[in-house]
Amino acid sequence: MIERLLEPFQFAFMVEAMAAGAFVATVCAVLSCYLVLKGWSLMGDAISHAVLPGIVIAYALGAPLALGAFSSGLLCAVATGYIKAHTRVKEDTVMGVVFTGLFAFGLVLFTRIKSDLHLDHILFGNILGIERGDLIEIFAVGGVTLAIVLALRRDLLLFCFDPGHARSIGLRTNLLYYLLLALLAATIVASLKAVGIILVIAMLVTPGCVGFLLADRFGTMLAISTGSAVFSALTGVYVSFFVNGSTAACIVLAQTLLFIAALLFAPKRGLLRSRRTDGQPTPVG
Amino acid sequence: MSEPLSIDVRDVTVAYPNGNVALHDATFHLAAGTICALVGVNGSGKSTLFKAVMGFVKPVRGSVSLGGLSLREAQRRNLVAYVPQAEEVDWTFPVSVWDVVMMGRYGYMNFLRIPRAEDRRVAEESLARVGMIEFRDRQIGELSGGQKKRVFLARALAQRARVILLDEPFTGVDVKTEEAIVELLRELRSAGHLMLVSTHNLGSVPEFCDHVVLINRTVLAYGPTDEIFTEENLARTFGGVLRHFRFDESTIQKHDGRAVTVLTDDERPLVFGKGGHLEYSRRQEHEKVVEERAEEPDDK
Ligand SMILES: Nc1ncnc2c1ncn2[C@@H]1O[C@H](COP(=O)(O)OP(=O)(O)OP(=O)(O)O)[C@@H](O)[C@H]1O
Ligand SMILES: [Mg+2]
Repeated sequence: MIERLLEPFQFAFMVEAMAAGAFVATVCAVLSCYLVLKGWSLMGDAISHAVLPGIVIAYALGAPLALGAFSSGLLCAVATGYIKAHTRVKEDTVMGVVFTGLFAFGLVLFTRIKSDLHLDHILFGNILGIERGDLIEIFAVGGVTLAIVLALRRDLLLFCFDPGHARSIGLRTNLLYYLLLALLAATIVASLKAVGIILVIAMLVTPGCVGFLLADRFGTMLAISTGSAVFSALTGVYVSFFVNGSTAACIVLAQTLLFIAALLFAPKRGLLRSRRTDGQPTPVG
Repeated sequence: MSEPLSIDVRDVTVAYPNGNVALHDATFHLAAGTICALVGVNGSGKSTLFKAVMGFVKPVRGSVSLGGLSLREAQRRNLVAYVPQAEEVDWTFPVSVWDVVMMGRYGYMNFLRIPRAEDRRVAEESLARVGMIEFRDRQIGELSGGQKKRVFLARALAQRARVILLDEPFTGVDVKTEEAIVELLRELRSAGHLMLVSTHNLGSVPEFCDHVVLINRTVLAYGPTDEIFTEENLARTFGGVLRHFRFDESTIQKHDGRAVTVLTDDERPLVFGKGGHLEYSRRQEHEKVVEERAEEPDDK
């Protein structure tokens, strides 16, 4: 019995998948805290869809796929910002149009250009089939992203919380805006091989939500988000070994279950909690 | 607290992306040691003027400078602070009162924003000054309206800003808190600070503001309160919007024998006495005047 339970750890690809999954989950979770607080959840959705044409074009040109993905993701984000600033159309509407448009363009390109790319690997990742080179790329891109976010965590938080004050102390909020977008695009690129461009959307929202429901301080929120994401990644990879299911989907499913638990049982913001204290003032002190 | 500071707004015109010109050719000048009220109807461009002075929106024409420095330079030197309207803040944000006040110190920290002993000392002192020290570990959403205002005021203090812009600091604040804030502003004025306060509370303007800027899509008039805050100017600023009462018979008249005019845009009315002078509680020689009038024989 125990042998059976330990079996996944005997395969190098399983261990690598767990390492890659946990790492990607960490980077996504940290970013997701900022996205949730800034109200940018849809931005992750938009950028991740928009990377598809970039990947295909980069492939056709023989350029690094990551570079193509990053550029077209960022292009989508910047175009969205520009259209929003110069017209009366609302941001979420613009995003809806721009990212589905780019995604459709990517699909058309994909069918026109003969390639050995697997569409389902791009969409849903291929974490069990990850190669050494991919692993290095994941850790390099993700590591740099994570380092930048953590170094600037207070500035980025201030930018999300009160851009006015950020400006008033001389911070370049425009720069921070584009930096956050670039970091988001880089995170999506780093996650591409592991979880794909569809499921990464969940990884960029759910952990932040879990942290937000449970924490009163940003530091705690970061820790809870990261913890829940890493736990989900390990559990997801492990379980998928037995159920033969899509690994990335298992990871996202684990995250969703944690989110539901947080939603119900969070001490201050959970649904069950607020029902119990209905009608009587919450104690202060 | 050394070099004198001023706000210079020259011919500022602001247009929003939808083409709406919210403010045109606004010009005024304020010197250090001033509390100035910014008065105008809803949509007259008060918040827009603040945004222009803070550099949140770029004027299509005109310039803003602070003590001869460009806006950017003044901000880099932490000279300007902005106390936002309550509606502009996301109160569910996972930050504590202490975190918010610390944000006032970011400009003094290195790029990792790690607070030093001095930063902690100033933050603590600022919190104590607004009487919020015992709330330092509260999440900001768990405060009353007045407490929220004071937290952001503490942040401006922690920033050691010399110019402080306050957007409607008295809405949703009880009289006691209002008085505490006003008292603090007076102290800052004595220390040579410059404060620009937007308010709908016309009655309290003469109480603590020595200067006024009247605005309706442009600056209609600016200068010392006694000169600018006249019935005529206010009528021009508010058009027919103000609730306008003229008491020909009133309790004051019993010993005054003359009409008073009460202007109110909000809950606290502005009272003009005989000959159109301003009535307010802190008027110099107020007592004496009352005494004199009491001695006057009843006109009726
Ligand atoms: N982001 C925006 N885009 C377009 N128009 C705007 C924007 N913000 C404000 N306006 C318009 O500019 C004008 C001035 O608005 P502003 O917010 O400065 O008024 P205000 O004097 O602060 O009003 P209030 O007393 O209600 O706070 C209004 O007509 C408003 O509709
Ligand atoms: Mg306003």
